[in-house]
Amino acid sequence: MSGAQSTYTPKTGIGRWVDARMPLPRLMHDSFVAYPVPRNLNYAYTFGGILSIMLVVQILTGVVLAMHYAANTEIAFGSVEKIMRDVNSGWLLRYLHANGASFFFVAVYVHIFRGLYYGSYKAPRELLWILGCIIYLLMMATAFMGYVLPWGQMSFWGATVITGFFTAIPLVGEWIQQLLLGGFAVDNPTLNRFYSLHYLLPFMIAGVVVLHVWALHVTGQTNPTGIEVKSKTDTLPFTPYATVKDGFAMVLFLIVFAYFVFYIPNFLGHPDNYIEADPLKTPAHIVPEWYFLPFYAILRAVTFDIGPINSKLGGVLAMFGSIAVLFVVPWLDTSKVRSAVYRPWFKLFFWLFLVNAVFLGWLGSRPAEGIYVTLMQLGTLYYFAFFLIIMPLLGLIETPRRLPNSITEAVLDKNKGGSGSPAGATAAPEGRG
Amino acid sequence: MKTIFRGAITLGLVLATALAAGAAEEEGGTPHYPIKKPTEENWSFEGPFGTYDKGQLQRGFKVYREVCAVCHSLDYVAFRNLEDLGYSEAQVRAIASEYEVEDGPDSFGDMFMRPAKPSDTFPPPFANPEQAAAANNGAVPPDFSLIAKARAVERGFPTFVFDVFTQYAESGVDYIHALLTGYQDPPEGVEVPEGTYYNPYFLSGSSLAMAQPLFDGLVTYDDGAPETVDQYARDVSAFLMWAAEPHLEERKRTGFNVMVFLVLFGALVYLTKRKVWSTTEH
Repeated sequence: MSGAQSTYTPKTGIGRWVDARMPLPRLMHDSFVAYPVPRNLNYAYTFGGILSIMLVVQILTGVVLAMHYAANTEIAFGSVEKIMRDVNSGWLLRYLHANGASFFFVAVYVHIFRGLYYGSYKAPRELLWILGCIIYLLMMATAFMGYVLPWGQMSFWGATVITGFFTAIPLVGEWIQQLLLGGFAVDNPTLNRFYSLHYLLPFMIAGVVVLHVWALHVTGQTNPTGIEVKSKTDTLPFTPYATVKDGFAMVLFLIVFAYFVFYIPNFLGHPDNYIEADPLKTPAHIVPEWYFLPFYAILRAVTFDIGPINSKLGGVLAMFGSIAVLFVVPWLDTSKVRSAVYRPWFKLFFWLFLVNAVFLGWLGSRPAEGIYVTLMQLGTLYYFAFFLIIMPLLGLIETPRRLPNSITEAVLDKNKGGSGSPAGATAAPEGRG
Repeated sequence: MKTIFRGAITLGLVLATALAAGAAEEEGGTPHYPIKKPTEENWSFEGPFGTYDKGQLQRGFKVYREVCAVCHSLDYVAFRNLEDLGYSEAQVRAIASEYEVEDGPDSFGDMFMRPAKPSDTFPPPFANPEQAAAANNGAVPPDFSLIAKARAVERGFPTFVFDVFTQYAESGVDYIHALLTGYQDPPEGVEVPEGTYYNPYFLSGSSLAMAQPLFDGLVTYDDGAPETVDQYARDVSAFLMWAAEPHLEERKRTGFNVMVFLVLFGALVYLTKRKVWSTTEH
């Protein structure tokens, strides 16, 4: 794409006719067949493809579910039960959709952490990274509103708590909250607008995904070494190499997904959501879906006032800040070396960050009392310190390991000095350290 | 590799802290409910090839009809669904006709009562939640259509991780069984509020508004199964699991086909991938 000459030659008369008028086949060929990818991509790089499959699964199941769902507080819960009991394969559609949301997030988290590890956000891919952050934000909004639709207890009370955050914003907070709710409390207008937006946002995600892929195909992919593509030997054509590798990873991912859908479909859900929403009965613990738990822990970590900012606003700012900080990561990282493979200290702090994120997720499911609060605060502290202190400072003081001259050299070196096993494809490049 | 070890060690440290924290909290402070965790029972429908035991479902249905249905509705289950339990169409029609449902308005504009048809859902025991509350000391008996999925005792770390691999999805029925068999005299010094009954397995307190509903010999079984509280509790729990998840067997059956397909397909894609990449160092 970037500067590369198009190699598409239509073979038939119709092909030439179309190509002269609207070269969509040429665009597809250049983007998904001839597009050069680095030859050393490992399986961490397959999650982009997996994510696009998950988006398609969610949209397809969602469109059919919408044919049977009724967005009215009187009958919403019953209509979901109707889907589960009476609609042909309705149980399958709903379990696919509900677990699909979770697995969408599994994939996006691997994708994001892969980006952080290999420095995929660094110049010239800042916009690519930011577009990804926007997709992630849209996903969170979509998932949150989707969770409200079954109108169970957690739907209702989750919506009450999360829309309540907005009241912490000075001056306009109340107004924003009422705009979101369509009233003063979560009720039928809320359910209706959430349903409308839940149907709209996935198509916006699809739109930003197009931009994300466009940006990717302009700069080209990063790779585990972090070295830019220098010569033709560094790359392979997307088809068949990346296609078949992505395809294999997708099947593996689908096996895990299917395992949850068919054998433990309610494992990731909350039992309270099988109780119809009751505005007069608050559940003992209101917890969000698992993929929001780290942020929920950060929200509740702020239990103290900071000057004019009370603890409630402080918590909300910390939570939004924890996502906002992702947008500026390209400028927070001062290192000249892209990949963590050659950054021994960054590697350590990265894995600590990952463990900390999982730990925060677990804390998010705990009540905010006793020792948990202190642990939430420590976790939050490290979360922000990683981005705001470690990333900028480490780039200045760390001595990176020697970089290979090119991707090809790295590949040949590895296969010469490595274990000699032909299964090198599955071995992560850091395995050499 | 080194980093992975370092990561694992850190993870271990962090988790140890967390567990210690959890333990510390358990000792002091507020009591956690339930006081006792339910035991894991054996169920015919557990595991990847689980199926419902129709005899058990029929017995459980009998317990529901004769005991539970006095207070608990079954709003989302229709009589026609009972064919899953092994009843014939005629039997289902006969069962339905034993119930009265309101219908109408007729051509004069009046509502009337008629015997239920297979397409009707189970009529609720109370006209509305207010009536239900008034008849039950202020506590509304919950609907039973989804109760087996709507109740679960938290499994805690690390058990919930193992549950993924053991396919443990029976926390609802284990809880119902434990609750129904768990009524006992309160220990010394424990105050039980007026109108409630001590049960250490209850999810959200030490006592609940429902008195012990099952007693040995209360329901007559005609298939020779023991007429004990434990057996009743087991059977009605299984029945409620079916009521909450009527397509469980179909789901697991489909799942097996899907898994076989995906594994075979995955193997073929893997071999293709190996072939494609075999000539390229990467």
